[in-house]
Amino acid sequence: MGVQLLLEHLNKPEINTIDGYIKQGGYRTLDKVLGKMTPDEVTEEVKTAGLRGRGGAGFPTGMKWSFLDKSTDKPRYLLCNADESEPGTFKDRLLMEKIPHLLIEGMIVSSYALGCRTSYIYIRGEYMFILRILEKAIKEAYAKGFLGENIKGSGYSLDLYVHPGAGAYICGEETALIESLEGKRGNPRIKPPFPAVSGLWGCPTIVNNVESIAAVVPILNMGGSEYAKIGIGRSTGTKLISASGNINKPGVYEIELGLPVEEFIYSDEYCGGIKGGLDIKACVPGGSSVPILPKSLLFKESNGNPRLMSYESLSEGGFETGSMLGSGGFIVYDEKQCIVKNTWTFARFYHHESCGQCSPCREGTIWLDKVLYNIEHGLGKESDIDLLWDIQHGIEGNTICPLGDAAAWPVAAAIRHFRHEFEYHVKYPHRVKDDDHVYQPEMNYTTA
Amino acid sequence: MDVQFSQESINEINRIIAQYPKERKKSALLPVLHVVQKETNGWLSVDTMDKVADILAIKPIEVYEVVTFYTMYFTKPVGKYVIEVCQTGPCMICGSDKIVSYLESKLGIKVGETTSDNIFTLRTVECLGACGYAPMLQIGEQYYENLTEERIDQIIHELGSTYSDKY
Repeated sequence: MGVQLLLEHLNKPEINTIDGYIKQGGYRTLDKVLGKMTPDEVTEEVKTAGLRGRGGAGFPTGMKWSFLDKSTDKPRYLLCNADESEPGTFKDRLLMEKIPHLLIEGMIVSSYALGCRTSYIYIRGEYMFILRILEKAIKEAYAKGFLGENIKGSGYSLDLYVHPGAGAYICGEETALIESLEGKRGNPRIKPPFPAVSGLWGCPTIVNNVESIAAVVPILNMGGSEYAKIGIGRSTGTKLISASGNINKPGVYEIELGLPVEEFIYSDEYCGGIKGGLDIKACVPGGSSVPILPKSLLFKESNGNPRLMSYESLSEGGFETGSMLGSGGFIVYDEKQCIVKNTWTFARFYHHESCGQCSPCREGTIWLDKVLYNIEHGLGKESDIDLLWDIQHGIEGNTICPLGDAAAWPVAAAIRHFRHEFEYHVKYPHRVKDDDHVYQPEMNYTTA
Repeated sequence: MDVQFSQESINEINRIIAQYPKERKKSALLPVLHVVQKETNGWLSVDTMDKVADILAIKPIEVYEVVTFYTMYFTKPVGKYVIEVCQTGPCMICGSDKIVSYLESKLGIKVGETTSDNIFTLRTVECLGACGYAPMLQIGEQYYENLTEERIDQIIHELGSTYSDKY
């Protein structure tokens, strides 16, 4: 295992309790930061660390913090985005379930940096069992005087609450999250104004992913410049990767950014290779929204260099030959998997999750779902493949929030790299009518 | 019809309301609906929603529009246990289709239906964040992961046998 900053103490006894967490050096940053460093100094450390948002977009966290409008008297809010819903992603869940105090510690020092007196963790409603874990941990933190009035005599006060959603992927989009926290439907807002100026209840607000906030703790412990030495180039630090699909060892792994993709898939330390000794067909490296990569593009960049687990390397070549690191939802497909069927389940997902506010997304996701259903179930026509291409093109870039793009990209990439599978489905409908079809030896699946 | 909540729920509702600024009571809507739905047999009637509107001092429409937006609230009666099987990509490639058909034949109902004794409702849902432990399903607040047919037999027996011999 490489360097472990977030999961280092994962298997230590009682790490889920405050005493077990303190025993491993937890809550040290409170002494180091509160009343000792200025809020701006904390922000500077996060900037120096080069931490990029771990929720998917990869926007520099410190820079996001510096956009917070400090010119008004209004209260400021830090909202933790724990609405983890991107298919293939289950890393924040592990962090909150097993080491809840790491997130709470991160929330305290981050709220201090932003000057917040009240902060919220917005967690997806299906994670209600984790909400209970977090509320218990927060109670422990209050009892120790790490939350509430005058934390550890520093003069700084903070209240922290957990707010559940109720089953809506869209609430992971920051303005939809804010709407939802205000007790409304999760319809994303038109930007500007950005939340940093006008967010929760019209006040300056910062929304950060669970993993980003947790990473602030090791950054402050080791110093931003030390953190920046880990990783590669502008992809600094470590990243939690949720590995799923047809691999021997699915689960959450903390990797140092820059690890070769091939090593991540085949090393026994990580995924442990493909289940049943099969060949790999494709991989979605960053959650369902990012383009799928066929085996031929997965291990090497276009210049022949090995492809690495980093923001830059995974997106090398743009969407023609690359993808994105995204949320780190790493889904692996063996040679027997049907790309059309997989693409259809993703399209169905986005159809289900579109908030319905923008026509291109509301109507387009329905069409993508229906046309892909037809192709998958042996009811497709050859013209449907070009139709799919037109529909996704009509959605991309034409919506208020990125859900439209997220629905379009997986369809575009599947057609770009696996058009032959779509053609096969429309050419031999009788062979794909059976629900169990996964692989037809007549077609060459492995060379894309 | 006047809906009454238990003292326990009322205490919980008050605790939740206190988490938001006084003039932002509406923010408590989603968590309060979770508490209330649990008490009213797992679904929200119009009377219940009106009562929630009353408690939070908002218009009934503000409750209805939220309830119909989010997938975790039900506006029609459901069984005692709602079985929600994840069917998105990562679960699908690990065999969620087979889990759904097994449950359908075991319970004698189709997706979206409730058993005639009102014990089980079967639904399919989109990604629940358990992709590494697929296939999986959720019942209430509990996740059941790495499912097999034997494990499903066990779960149905554990939950259903107190109510009926057929489980």
